[in-house]
Amino acid sequence: MNDKGYKLVQGNEACVEGALAAGMRFFAGYPITPSTEIAELSSQRLPKLGGKFIQMEDELASMAAIIGASLAGMKSMTATSGPGFSLMQENIGYAAIAEIPCVIVNVQRGGPSTGQPTSPAQGDVMQARWGTHGDHPAIALTPNSVQETFEYTVKAFNLAEKYRTPVILLMDEIVGHMREKMTYKNISDLEVINRKKPSCKPEEYVAYRPDEDMIPPMASFGEGYRYHVTGLTHDETGFPTNSNEISERLIKRIVDKVEKNIDDFSYFEEYKMEDAEMAIIAYGGVSRSAKSAVDQLRKQNIKAGMFRPITIWPFLEKQVHKVSFQVKEIYVAEMNLGQYSLEVERAACKNCKVSKINKVNGELITPEEIIEALGGRYEL
Amino acid sequence: MNCSEITKKYYRVNRLPHIWCPGCGHGTLTNTVVRAIDRLGLNKDEVVIVSGIGCSSRAPGYLDFNTLHTTHGRALAFATGIKLANPKLHVIVIMGDGDSSAIGGNHLIHAARRNIDITTIVFNNNIYGMTGGQFSPTTPYGDLATTAAYGNIDKPFDLCSLAQGAGATYVGRATAYHAVLMQRLIEKGIQNKGFSFIEGLSLCPTYYGRKNKKGNAFKMHTFLKENCIDKKIVDKDPEKGKNKIIIGEFYNNPQPEYIESYQVITDMFQGRGEKNGEV
Amino acid sequence: MEKYEIRLSGSGGQGVILASIILADAAIEQGLNAIQTQSYGPEARGGSSKAELIISREEISYPKLRKANILLSLTQNAYDKYIASLDKDGILIVDEDIKLSGNYPVKTYRLPILKNAVEKFETAMVANIISVGAIYELIGEDVIDKEIMIRSISERVPPPTIQKNLEAFEEGINLIRGYYE
Repeated sequence: MNDKGYKLVQGNEACVEGALAAGMRFFAGYPITPSTEIAELSSQRLPKLGGKFIQMEDELASMAAIIGASLAGMKSMTATSGPGFSLMQENIGYAAIAEIPCVIVNVQRGGPSTGQPTSPAQGDVMQARWGTHGDHPAIALTPNSVQETFEYTVKAFNLAEKYRTPVILLMDEIVGHMREKMTYKNISDLEVINRKKPSCKPEEYVAYRPDEDMIPPMASFGEGYRYHVTGLTHDETGFPTNSNEISERLIKRIVDKVEKNIDDFSYFEEYKMEDAEMAIIAYGGVSRSAKSAVDQLRKQNIKAGMFRPITIWPFLEKQVHKVSFQVKEIYVAEMNLGQYSLEVERAACKNCKVSKINKVNGELITPEEIIEALGGRYEL
Repeated sequence: MNCSEITKKYYRVNRLPHIWCPGCGHGTLTNTVVRAIDRLGLNKDEVVIVSGIGCSSRAPGYLDFNTLHTTHGRALAFATGIKLANPKLHVIVIMGDGDSSAIGGNHLIHAARRNIDITTIVFNNNIYGMTGGQFSPTTPYGDLATTAAYGNIDKPFDLCSLAQGAGATYVGRATAYHAVLMQRLIEKGIQNKGFSFIEGLSLCPTYYGRKNKKGNAFKMHTFLKENCIDKKIVDKDPEKGKNKIIIGEFYNNPQPEYIESYQVITDMFQGRGEKNGEV
Repeated sequence: MEKYEIRLSGSGGQGVILASIILADAAIEQGLNAIQTQSYGPEARGGSSKAELIISREEISYPKLRKANILLSLTQNAYDKYIASLDKDGILIVDEDIKLSGNYPVKTYRLPILKNAVEKFETAMVANIISVGAIYELIGEDVIDKEIMIRSISERVPPPTIQKNLEAFEEGINLIRGYYE
């Protein structure tokens, strides 16, 4: 870092720096391209900060270990890519129902299966929402630059801590592997949120009794609040229940605590949308191509704009709905065969036409490809 | 301490009665864990009991410690995170035979390999009880199970040899009948600074016993009583071990512990004033 | 200055990725925008290795190269693979051992990069920094201060080799300067 407070940093490195700034002191992971740099840098940095790094035997174990560490009071994270993300799904569900804060980074690569390990893709969008079985809350953030990776990793931790839920940082190979400028300035001014702790005496502690904000205070193991944690549906005491009514109340609460607070973390960017007649919706690496396409279209006096969700889950219903009233056509550009576009179509309610621009060959969609896809309808 | 004092002090009495079938060995084995903790005088606030999924995994729910009922097979991976995050905690893992050696086999061998200071206790009843009597990795060859209708053709694991081979530094076996020995092995396992593995032979009269005509719970306990022999006796006279189940302390060989090794690395950086944002 | 889209190519182990990082680092220090990307995986080991760099005063949205306006190729394989990606008005820098195909651009520098690395510096390891010098000379001191380049190299190469690498950097500059003399 220079005295100006910025530096050339890789996206994956920025993720680690963001995590550390947010207070991450525990990382468990398993090597997988293209996320490996996150584990490597964590292994170098954490011991220096008194934190813990462990390379586990697989991704199932990595996910389990960060839940365990979080229960013991440490802010914890794991990082992986497609195949590893599939293996983590089981315990992501556990973190959701047991309400254990943790951050899961998925640097997306081409799939399914082993797919294209070193190539970018965005095929895990729906998996980030529905990857684990059962109804559950999902928060996923998609940065599109090195700087944003730093900032949204901090936000991912903050949301995990605030809402007691697993949060997914859904990166892609483009963002993870590029190097660009990252500003460290104001690192000490970053808002860092810590989980709410119980203020009552241990004997009065009811581990899963929510406050008015729907979130129960969380004690760490070893602090004198001896309580029970289970992946079974449970009542407010934390013990398993067979009651249909209590089970339903639990599932609704863990979903509602996230979805009813969506306004608290609806992160998005609108680029030249003020007078736009057509909107490109893109996120992550592809949004950089979309922005470039908008600039080129504007030079030809075509009123194009970009709507870029950063909070990709929960779906930004309100904002996309608004866009659908404003423009004649929405183009959803993504490196998959159409995942986010399904949600956009739903939210657009046929207010405007929704078209798809897709690519799954392991290359980033180019600005020219976006313009070309639009070319059929717009005189260029 | 007598039985009711132990119960009052260490059990969540309002969670009882437990869900185990009449005659199941798991209650006795759970009690040996509690008595070992009592004998060692551990602070309840500093004890964490972690389990996976299955009949055995219900044990922590009845116990008044920090308790974590995790996913099938993954107990040791959760426990690793807890122990590494807060090494002051005494972490005890209770698993079943399928839990520890089928779906969780990989986590078992790697936790053992790291020699992380966790005490693992397996309640081995030779069957998947919770799901209704399917064969497990410890069901004897030829025995019947609901998924081995014509006899089991899988060869069983010797769990203690597996754990020892993988790097556990304290290993022993006892049974639900040999509760005193079981308790002593657990005590020594907890005292071992490293990965300890204690197999407790349990019994499942409901599924394994009935399916294989082993008689009622009394008969199954009697079988354990009559067919087990301590390693110390067999060491002196190998003939006596023929066709018997060997129990006792198998291995006690302290080695550098994982978190202590990690601490050596963090100590190198003590006082260097590292801060965030300094790559 | 215009936007520079630079592709550095060679074989795995020649250090073209480090070369691209050093240039990107310097551009950032200069207050310019820069994005560096590279090839990963099997391609990065033994086979051809590729790094890309965009330098611009403007914000850079699309992070990949369209057409390179500077292409460096240290091996025949890399040249064969990437020559098509060079803009028709672009500049080609190749090691002198490379056989050029029919339509190579007007601005071509065939430089004894690998030979001089071994003969003058007794190690092929500095070929990448000679290349940095050559590319830097083409970008020009009016875009990035030489002091900044020197600092960037010094921070990224192993400390015992700083002096040798700085000399290699000068060698690259001189190879370009002397080329048409």
